[in-house]
Amino acid sequence: MWVFPALVLATLSSWLLGVEGSTSTAIGCAVVAIALIKVRLVGLHFMELRNAPAALRVAFEIYVAVTGTTLLTLYLVL
Amino acid sequence: MTATAAETEHSAPPHHRHIPGEPGLWIFLLGDMIMFSVFFGFIAVLHGRHPRMFRASQQALHPDLGLLNTLLLLTASALVARGLRQLRSGRPARTLPWALLCALGFAAVKGCEYALVIRDGHTPSSNDFFMYYFVFTGIHLAHLTIGIGALTVLVVLSRRRALSPGHLLVAEGAAAYWHMVDLLWLVLFPLFYLVA
Repeated sequence: MWVFPALVLATLSSWLLGVEGSTSTAIGCAVVAIALIKVRLVGLHFMELRNAPAALRVAFEIYVAVTGTTLLTLYLVL
Repeated sequence: MTATAAETEHSAPPHHRHIPGEPGLWIFLLGDMIMFSVFFGFIAVLHGRHPRMFRASQQALHPDLGLLNTLLLLTASALVARGLRQLRSGRPARTLPWALLCALGFAAVKGCEYALVIRDGHTPSSNDFFMYYFVFTGIHLAHLTIGIGALTVLVVLSRRRALSPGHLLVAEGAAAYWHMVDLLWLVLFPLFYLVA
């Protein structure tokens, strides 16, 4: 199964980006975006929401989209 | 193959769609996730309003321990997902005790990090960063403790010869709760440790 290696790879990538100590907004946003992609992978594959009824899957997708958009907006605007 | 293509390829047809666990549990899980999203927003606002204080305080954390804990939770989630598939097919779910061990490892590492941070003179009253850090990660740790209980239930169920549909529903709910604990940490970790 490709999901676990993908999650580990994404974790190591964001850790390397973060511990470099860069204060760049682009890097901060990249780290947040990677986190939300990981959340979506865990939800769809480990929580099995990809096989859930449409209403539950859509609720989860909206959650990820709204949380991600809000966080990225806050990091870009503030 | 892209993630989207893989999802389309392996998604169940509409008539096979299934809610893991009790449907009511998902109201609680989504509510909890929304509560944590508010916490994430508080962290982002603090970062934007006090970047220097945030960055200076962040230096007192231990990103290597945060990384270790992330890998422990991801491993536990993968083991739980595999264990649940084994339970459904009536095979022995030998991965579940290892998942429980990973969860206990997370709690031990978190305890060590709290001790290190406090030893260095940082407490919830030091500044807003540490207040958020201790409160939000503490609430997450409380969720993890409940998750350890959920994993214990899974381990106990895995020792039965055959699971009734009711037992399987409990197992699915326990697994879903555990994955939520993992999912919340996946955002808390970068916001506190990585975004400078």
